[in-house]
Amino acid sequence: MTRPNRITPALLIGFLAAVGFAVILPHLVSNFTTYQLTLAMSWGVAMLGLNVLTGYNGQFSIGHSAFFAAGAYGAAIMIEHAGWGPYEAIAAAAGFSFIFGFLFGLPALRLEGLYLALATFGLAVATPQLLKFDAFEDWTGGVQGIFVPKPAPLLEGLSADQSLYYVALAIMVFLMVITWCILHSRSGRAMMAIRDNPIAARTMGINLPLVKTTTFGISAMFAGIGGALFTYSSEFVSPDAFNFFIAVYILVGSVIGGIVSIPGAIFGGLFVVFMPHVAEDVSNIYTFIPPPWAVFGVFLILVIYFVPFGIWGGIERLAAWTKRKMAG
Amino acid sequence: MRLTTLMATTAAAVLFAASASAQTVGVTDDTIKIGNTSPYSGPASSYGVIGKTHQAYWKAINEAGGLKMGDGKTRKVEIISLDDGYSPPKTVEQVRKLVEQEGVAMTFNTLGTPTNSAIHRYMNAKKVPHLFLATGASKWGHPDKFPWTMGFQPTYDVEGAIYAAYALKNVENPKIAILFQNDDYGKDYRDGFLKALGDKADKLVVKMLPYEVTDPTVDAQVLEMAASGANVFFNVTIPKFAAQAIKKACEIDWKPLHLLNNVSSSVGATLKPAGLECSKSQGLITAQWLKDPTDPQWADTDGFKEWSAWMDKNMPDGDRGDVNYAFGYNASTLLKHVLENCADFSRPGIMACAANIKDFELPMTLPGIKVNTSPTDFYPVQAEQLSKFNGEKWVLFGEIIDASSH
Repeated sequence: MTRPNRITPALLIGFLAAVGFAVILPHLVSNFTTYQLTLAMSWGVAMLGLNVLTGYNGQFSIGHSAFFAAGAYGAAIMIEHAGWGPYEAIAAAAGFSFIFGFLFGLPALRLEGLYLALATFGLAVATPQLLKFDAFEDWTGGVQGIFVPKPAPLLEGLSADQSLYYVALAIMVFLMVITWCILHSRSGRAMMAIRDNPIAARTMGINLPLVKTTTFGISAMFAGIGGALFTYSSEFVSPDAFNFFIAVYILVGSVIGGIVSIPGAIFGGLFVVFMPHVAEDVSNIYTFIPPPWAVFGVFLILVIYFVPFGIWGGIERLAAWTKRKMAG
Repeated sequence: MRLTTLMATTAAAVLFAASASAQTVGVTDDTIKIGNTSPYSGPASSYGVIGKTHQAYWKAINEAGGLKMGDGKTRKVEIISLDDGYSPPKTVEQVRKLVEQEGVAMTFNTLGTPTNSAIHRYMNAKKVPHLFLATGASKWGHPDKFPWTMGFQPTYDVEGAIYAAYALKNVENPKIAILFQNDDYGKDYRDGFLKALGDKADKLVVKMLPYEVTDPTVDAQVLEMAASGANVFFNVTIPKFAAQAIKKACEIDWKPLHLLNNVSSSVGATLKPAGLECSKSQGLITAQWLKDPTDPQWADTDGFKEWSAWMDKNMPDGDRGDVNYAFGYNASTLLKHVLENCADFSRPGIMACAANIKDFELPMTLPGIKVNTSPTDFYPVQAEQLSKFNGEKWVLFGEIIDASSH
């Protein structure tokens, strides 16, 4: 699947049903599970950003933890030091990480493929250290991190976890729709043209640097929004939380969910939140089963082996296959 | 007079009935659920044996029928220990799972400074006992602000001060290099040390280098410190890095007064990987509060025999040289002491019991060190003694230094 889906009645019904299900879900499960789902959505938003960048624009990043951290800290600092409300702070986090991503994208533009990946890797490795850097300590709280109180419930009768879940859901749905619109616009086609053949794209008059840096900025902005949501659910930011592993998680989730897709981000988020718990439970069943990380690794290999296009890619293929069968 | 007595008795009886009927989450007549997080994976996974020791300790008690507790009931203790990989957001997730999903009555000996920082407010907001943290940061003993959190081991800043006093007294013209982990734990040690040096700190410290827990090695830092001409090396690192630092200092033949933080004093986890010869030639000095399991001088003490017999029976594969087994055994023994003497298993009741320990001696602490807590003293163990490594074991010297006045 190299292009975003066209709107078909089936897709529209599926989308509305999924949103409807997501709306009632917090009332069916515990606050803890609601919190985990919120975490999954915060990851999912960041993965959506990576999907746009890597899946649709062909630029690699293994440093999205940096933008995730930029959003997380951006929001935390605005709340702690500027006294902003949590929702305005998400906007600030989005703006902050967009600028950060755009600026990083400027020089990084000249780098292709592996080299860009390596540059972003550098960013990911530097992030925790930068956050601990003494000169920024007044803002970042240094190694101590910053406490971020969970936003008060928006509506009476909702718990703080449920309220945050709805905020995350609204943001996730909004960003998915926006992404769909971008990808179906002229700019979206330009992004994909650059991915498929940059030389041809340039001859067609596409402004490569502008499209690429803007895409990088948008992708970073999504990661930043995800980071802000992640912070609100954890109620705490600290430098050690944004190590290189986070970047790997975002990449793994994107690929597992389906990196050239929009809905894949949902599955990616669910995977990185719930799979470690499943792995933990599985490894506890019998003593001969290896420790959780080994189990997690095996899951990962199995998923990549059986659905190499990611979970959403698998669903689409299954749907196409069913359609053919029914027609034939 | 008699009327008031009667009224008081009635009130007490009513209160008692009310507290008995209002069941604490995680406590039933035959079980109590207790949560723990430990780094079974990740950079600090060498501490994972502490969590494993807790699991083995309570499994043995449960298999023997459970523990008779202070309220007269015999309960099994279900320890649910989850891996947080030493990552703060993961700790939040796992602890919320323990409190909200597993429904534990309390958490116990959760490990790590950044990880416990992440759940500090949560535990206090939820009013769930957050007991005997496996970290020596000084911020766990503030019952006025955080009445649900209580530390366990001697705090790092106090230990840092002990080293500083020793260096000032025993090294002529000291030039000090400090290597510390760039987080709360490292800075606590560093700050306690610097504070004890006093006004001269700026002049005496010639090199102060941080490292990150995610760094592959600290070799570069050791080279830089050796080049600075320092003759005192305060080594504030966790076992993996401590072993690297000792080995590197040895390789380049740098022989300062090497003060090794207690966190990495384990012969099995640190000194063996660094090389015992190497550790000897460095003349390592540390402050201790635990009985070193490899030290034959403890072999005949009751506490050691108890621990040793327990290890044979319950963790026969455990490395006897790794002091973390003794650490875990101590912490679980303290928990057992609290449960045995607690009559009120409401959550405030559990906290009150934990804050009422008097002169309790743990099996694997140095003789003379006693656990004391009170509603205003949330630092259970506060005494240490200096010791020097002789190639095989740590040899204690000097007096027990009690820092409870800090």
